[in-house]
Amino acid sequence: MNSWITSNVWLIPAAPILAALLILAFGKAARRAAAPFAVIGQLTALTMSIFAFVPTLHSHGFRSVQNFTWFTFGEQTLRIGFVLDPLAAAMLIMIALVGLCIFVFSIGYMAEDKNFSRFFAYLSFFSGAMLGVVIANSLLLLFVFWELVGLASYLLIGFWIERPSAAAAAKKAFITTRIGDMGFFLGILWLYHRSGTLLFYDGGRGCLESVGLLALGASATFIALLIFCGAAGKSGQFPLHVWLPDAMEGPTPVSALIHAATMVAAGVFLVARVYPIFLVGAINGVTPSLTVVVWIGVATGLMAALIAVAQFDIKRILAYSTVSQLGLMMVSLGVGGVAAGIMHLLAHGFFKALLFLGAGSVIHGCHHEQDIRKMGGLRRLMPVTFSTYAIGMMALSGVPFFFSGGWTKEEILHATSQWPRSHIPYYLMLVGVFLTALYMTRQIIFVFFGNRRAASEHVHESPGVMTIPLIVLAVCAILFSVVLTPAWPWLENYLTGYPARFDPHLLIQPMIIVSLALVGAGVSLGIWMYRRAAGSDPIQQAQPALFRFLENKMWIDEIYDRTVIALAAIAARFSDWMDRYVWDGLVRGVGAIGHFLARLTTGADERVINAGVDEGTVGAHGFGRLMSRRHSGQIQTYLGAIALGMLALVLLYAWLG
Amino acid sequence: MPTLSMLLVVSAALFCIGLLAALSRRHAIFILIGIEMMLAAANLNFIAFWRFAPQPAPPTGVMVAIFAIAIAAAEAAVGLAMVIAVYRHFRTTNVDQLDQLKG
Amino acid sequence: MSTVAFAGIAILTLAAALAAATLQKLMHAALSFAVMFVGISAFFFFLGAEFVGLVQIFVYIGAVAVLIVFTILLTRHDVGKVRGFNWSGVFVAVAVFGGLVWTISKTKSLSIVPQQIKPVTVQRIGELLMTNYVWPLQCVGVLLTAALIGALILVMEEKS
Repeated sequence: MNSWITSNVWLIPAAPILAALLILAFGKAARRAAAPFAVIGQLTALTMSIFAFVPTLHSHGFRSVQNFTWFTFGEQTLRIGFVLDPLAAAMLIMIALVGLCIFVFSIGYMAEDKNFSRFFAYLSFFSGAMLGVVIANSLLLLFVFWELVGLASYLLIGFWIERPSAAAAAKKAFITTRIGDMGFFLGILWLYHRSGTLLFYDGGRGCLESVGLLALGASATFIALLIFCGAAGKSGQFPLHVWLPDAMEGPTPVSALIHAATMVAAGVFLVARVYPIFLVGAINGVTPSLTVVVWIGVATGLMAALIAVAQFDIKRILAYSTVSQLGLMMVSLGVGGVAAGIMHLLAHGFFKALLFLGAGSVIHGCHHEQDIRKMGGLRRLMPVTFSTYAIGMMALSGVPFFFSGGWTKEEILHATSQWPRSHIPYYLMLVGVFLTALYMTRQIIFVFFGNRRAASEHVHESPGVMTIPLIVLAVCAILFSVVLTPAWPWLENYLTGYPARFDPHLLIQPMIIVSLALVGAGVSLGIWMYRRAAGSDPIQQAQPALFRFLENKMWIDEIYDRTVIALAAIAARFSDWMDRYVWDGLVRGVGAIGHFLARLTTGADERVINAGVDEGTVGAHGFGRLMSRRHSGQIQTYLGAIALGMLALVLLYAWLG
Repeated sequence: MPTLSMLLVVSAALFCIGLLAALSRRHAIFILIGIEMMLAAANLNFIAFWRFAPQPAPPTGVMVAIFAIAIAAAEAAVGLAMVIAVYRHFRTTNVDQLDQLKG
Repeated sequence: MSTVAFAGIAILTLAAALAAATLQKLMHAALSFAVMFVGISAFFFFLGAEFVGLVQIFVYIGAVAVLIVFTILLTRHDVGKVRGFNWSGVFVAVAVFGGLVWTISKTKSLSIVPQQIKPVTVQRIGELLMTNYVWPLQCVGVLLTAALIGALILVMEEKS
């Protein structure tokens, strides 16, 4: 069984994609069967992922690769393949499990939507494409799945197509990520030009193995940066982060899937996958490309955390927290903590899905109200949602010991503090951790504590089909911390390929004190500031200008409007002017010359040639009248005659030859 | 390995199916589809004769096929434009009713 | 090229062609038409003319099939009404097919198997296009431009 799945690992993404095709094939008739199909497809993928996970445990540094020829083009052979290694196996399980919870949740959340079956088809497709990204062993194959993920996200963000804002958000997501993908594609082409292969692992000849990396030489920095463009687009890094908060226009389960398991994880995963390219020519683990990754990550993380403090939409706060957490992961990858970054990605997958689904449950309960100022006092009314949400909030804030996010956040802070080039990212990250605790406390106080406000009337707890996924994810968010503790760093060693050892002395580290102090400060400041804030924000009252700056997302969208988009408009207007006056004038000039020449020849025609032709036409007219009797005007009759004539010629040839 | 004559029979069959579409269907678009099929059959012959020629042969068949594809594309564009123009003018695409050229 | 693969592709191509020629619904016929070109491209790939196969896919499935679908949609008020079948066409087609097969079977020099060839690279095709075939290339360019403009003029709204 184990060896069977390692050599057929492509079946894992195939299961959800097949489910999606089946649902689409049955169309509207499949409304009742859609959810079971999607869930069964996802369950199959999860089961196979677990089976694929087992053999990677047996030997450390396990890697199974299947390559095959896609097609031959002249003398060039294009090969693609699939790879199963600890990185892929861990991602597979996270995606399949989180995806499954979201699917089950959607059954309840989308129950009244008229396009129920189409929604599940897209969800399955989304999940399948992401599973494909994880197991691709060729940059080209990865790119194909990568674009499929982009397409699925476009379809799902714009799922409520009748809302103009949803259509605009879908377009924005698609175009913004496409800007990054253009860089990514250039990187792929450049890589192929230098190394002659796009396979990651190919028995020593792949582009991530020693020979291929040696061929890259000095261009590795540029290739790595181009690939990072794509990762920045998908993972919402500054300055391409603008699409991610707008993606909230999609249904909440979609937001959960995008922010936790699929879309944004792809960028971080990509950087981790091609990490050897980033490392070419490293001195002490520092390269120019990784330095760029660190600074972009720091800028993203801090900026998003600041903006999140001043948002009122329950989903937007979570969206900016995702952007900020992704910045954190990128910093971790950049400073050399690959395992820490991926661990945070996996842990984040669980608790961010939990938070989004919890937000979905709140929105569902409040009859689609998303403004946290209008909620309040939901603690009693939605006890299950509240307790699971609180677990997610503590995991995201990084409360140590019991919650998965705490351990991975410390790992990242630890890796960042060791970065030889500069200590500034470390201090800025500490500010980010503090802000995270602050804004999550703010959100939870606004939504669940205090008095009931406008939207809290007639609130009800969500049905079991929605709360059970919440409980499963909450349990995952807690239990996952078992394999993350520094005392028994099983997951980290699994990812890096060393056997794990249990050492309880490592449980208490200096970083934990720092972390505990920061989170404690953030939470208590939040409680102190917001405890009496009934529907209004104290920062808004104290510092209206600053708050407005943050609430309007630092006016980045407006800046883009005034610069990039205005520039494009000017270029378009200039092209229009060139076309209208310059090129058109040229064409008219040429036309005038032709007109003049034609005048000259007309004279000769009329006097000399026509006279002779007139004579001939009289004879032709008589013959023509004779022949016209044979013409029915039916084109098919003519064609048939031509065919029979051809047959006669063929037979004549055969008879003679 | 299939022989050249087997390939030629396949392309002859394709040609005749195209002919069938062009001769029998009433809708103008089918005539175009049939013509495209016949052109494809001819292209298949070009490639087949080049492939089965004594080697090394210059890739004349390949070049002719490329040009034939380009010309066929132009033909399809003009043909379909004509179908639309005819439809606008006569409000029909039934070739039986298009007999203005009747003698 | 194995005989099994040959037979498979031949059956796919001819079945799709027959469907394209006989299906009652135009849209289904157009889709079968696209499938048929996949089959022909497969022939090209197996015969070692990968470039032609790719061009075929780009041009026919990417462009011509889409054009046909557009035309069907633009003239769709008529689609249901134009039916009927001209049976005399079947006799002509079968007769031509019989004649061709008889001629092919009679020509003995055609029962040969292919030899090994060196693959034709895209580079070689490009070089040929720029040297020996540069005039045909220019002519095709002019032809395509003329066809483009002509097609546009044909479908322009008549001003009456």
